[in-house]
Amino acid sequence: MSSGNQNASCCSCHPTPDIDQLKELCRLMRIDIIKMLHKAGSGHPGGSLSAVEMIVALYFHHLRHNPKEPLWQDRDRFVLSKGHAVPVQYAALARAGYFDPALLDTLRTLGSPLQGHPDRLRCPGIEASTGALGQGLSIAVGMAMAAKLDQRDYRVFCMLGDGESQEGQVWESALNAPTFKLNNLCAILDWNLGQLDGLVADIQPIEPVAEKWAAFNWHVVEIDGNDIEQCLAALQEADRTTDRPTMIISRTIKGKGVSFMENDIPAWHGVAPNKDQTEAALQELQG
Amino acid sequence: MGKASRASFGMALAEFGTDPRVVILDADLSKSTKSADFGNKFPDRFFNVGITEAGMIGTAAGLALCGKIPFCCSFACFVTGRYDQIRVSVGYTNANVRIVGTHAGVAIGEDGYSQQGLEDIATVRSLPNMTILQPADHLETVAAVKYLIQEHQGPVYLRLTRQNLNEVHSEGYTFQFGQADRLQEGSDLTIIATGGVVGSALYAAKALAEKGVQADVLNIHTIRPIDRESIVESAARTGRVVTVEDHSIVGGLGSAVAEVLSEEQPTRLLRIGMTEYGESGSPEDLYQKFGLNGPGVLAKIESWLEA
Ligand SMILES: Cc1ncc(C[n+]2csc(CCOP(=O)(O)OP(=O)(O)O)c2C)c(N)n1
Repeated sequence: MSSGNQNASCCSCHPTPDIDQLKELCRLMRIDIIKMLHKAGSGHPGGSLSAVEMIVALYFHHLRHNPKEPLWQDRDRFVLSKGHAVPVQYAALARAGYFDPALLDTLRTLGSPLQGHPDRLRCPGIEASTGALGQGLSIAVGMAMAAKLDQRDYRVFCMLGDGESQEGQVWESALNAPTFKLNNLCAILDWNLGQLDGLVADIQPIEPVAEKWAAFNWHVVEIDGNDIEQCLAALQEADRTTDRPTMIISRTIKGKGVSFMENDIPAWHGVAPNKDQTEAALQELQG
Repeated sequence: MGKASRASFGMALAEFGTDPRVVILDADLSKSTKSADFGNKFPDRFFNVGITEAGMIGTAAGLALCGKIPFCCSFACFVTGRYDQIRVSVGYTNANVRIVGTHAGVAIGEDGYSQQGLEDIATVRSLPNMTILQPADHLETVAAVKYLIQEHQGPVYLRLTRQNLNEVHSEGYTFQFGQADRLQEGSDLTIIATGGVVGSALYAAKALAEKGVQADVLNIHTIRPIDRESIVESAARTGRVVTVEDHSIVGGLGSAVAEVLSEEQPTRLLRIGMTEYGESGSPEDLYQKFGLNGPGVLAKIESWLEA
C-alpha cells in the first residue's frame, strides 16, 4: 500500500491551495481505493471513486481538523451519510495522519478499525456510524444545532448519495435545517447517477434536484464535483452563506478514473475488482 | 452446499408468482434479495421503489387492503427498521403483507453491523398477529413461499440468508405451518435451531452422539406462532434445552423458547446466538468468533453440560 503523510492538518486559513498537489492526492487516493477493495475482496468502488475530489477538498484544504487530536472540540465535523463509500474516507484519513496507512490493508477483516461501513467507536476521524442510508443528514443537523447552542464556530459537512436521497428521512432533515437557520451546515450531494440496482433515473428519479433543495429553502450550488477547484470554490461559497444551510449539488462520475467502471455504472456499485481488473485499473491510474 | 434461502425465494416467487394477486416491491436491493427473479418474469407486477423502505411498507399495506398479496423485500435490518410502519400499517391494520428480510444475521460478513439483521425477529415478534417464518434450506424455503402465496392470511415476516445452506431435508419433504420438524431423536438433551445455523446444530448433535449424548434436534421454521407442544414435550423428556440462532438471543428464538418453558415446563436453558453488535469480517471468521459454526456450538454445549 503506498503511503505518505502528505500533510498534517489543513484548513481554510490557507488562502491558496496547491491545486497540483491536491490533484496528485486525488490520483493517489484512487490507487488506495482500488488496492484496498481488491485486498478486501468486497466493497463499493463506484461511489468511493466518484467522491474523491470533494473528500480531498475537505480533508486537505477546507476542514479545520487535527489528525493528532481527532476529538478536538472545535473541529469541523464531516458525516459520510452514504457510508458504503467509506474507503475514500479511509484513504483520506490515512494520508492526513489519523492512522497508519498500513491499516488500509486490513479493510473489512475481523478486528480491523476499518469496518465495511463507518464505525465511530473503532476508527479515529469517523464522526458518526453510518451505513443505513438516510440517517446522516439528521445527525449532521443535530451537530450543527449543538454548535449553535454552545456558541462554537465549527462547521458541519455531510455527504449524501443520489440514491440515498430517495429516503424520506433526508427530506425531514431538509425541512429542519433551514427552520433552525443552520448556516453552519453544508450538505453535499454526490450526484453520480447510479444506485445499487441500476441508474437512479430508471429506478426512482430524483430530478429536478437543485429545484427541490431550493424549494426547501437551502442555498444551492451546482458544480462539476470531479473538478477540485470547483469543489474548493463551492465550499467557500457555503462559508459565505450566512442566512441558510447550503447544498452543493456535486455532479460526478461513478467509478471516476477507471474507465471500465465509468462505462458500466450498475456493474461497479458493490463489487471489488479481481486481480486482472485491479491491474488494469492501476495501470490507468498510474499512467 | 445447497442454495442460499434468498436464491430459493427468488426461484419460488418466479414459480408461484403466476398468481395475479402477487405483487413484489423492493427497495433497491432486488439483485441481492433475488426478487429480481420475479421482476424479470413478471415486470408488470414488480415495483422497485428505490431506497424508500418506510414508504414501501405502507404501500404494501395499501396493496393488501385492495386484495393483492404484496411481498416487500430488503435486507432484514432495513425492512424491520421501519417498525412504526409495520406496527400500525401492517400489524394493527391486519394487512395481508409479506415482509421479506434477507441477509439475516452476522453471517453476511464483511459489510459489518449496519447491514446485519440481528434484532429483526425481536422487533416484529412483539406484534400479536405477526407470523414469522425462517426456513433452513431450499426445500423449506420453496414450500414456505408457496404456502404464503396459496394459503396464508395475515401479516408475515419471512427471514432469509445471504449465504448458501446445506440441505436439511430431502425430496418428499412436506412443510407444515406452525410445526417443528424433528431432525434427530434423542433423550439426553434438546437442541432447537432455526434458519442457517440448523446445520451447526446438526453438526453438534452428531459429535455429541459419538460421545454418547443423544440430542433431540428440533428445527423451528415457524418462530411465531411457535410450536409450544413439541418444545414442551421434548423438554419434559430431556430436561435440558439449547437454542441456536444467528440473531440476538434477546427477543429471538431463544426468548421465544424461554417464554414457553418458563410458563409450561421450567427447564435448564442455554441460548446460543448474538449478545453484542456485529462487525466486519469473513463469514467464517465471524462464526468462529461468535461460536456459531458447528464446532462453536458444540463447544458451548459441552461446557454448559459440564458446568
Ligand atoms: C437504508 C438502506 N437501504 C438499503 C441499503 C443498501 N444499499 C447500499 S448502497 C445502496 C445504493 C446507494 O446509492 P447512492 O446513494 O446513489 O450511492 P452511490 O451511487 O454514491 O454509491 C443501497 C441500496 C442501505 N445501505 N441502507
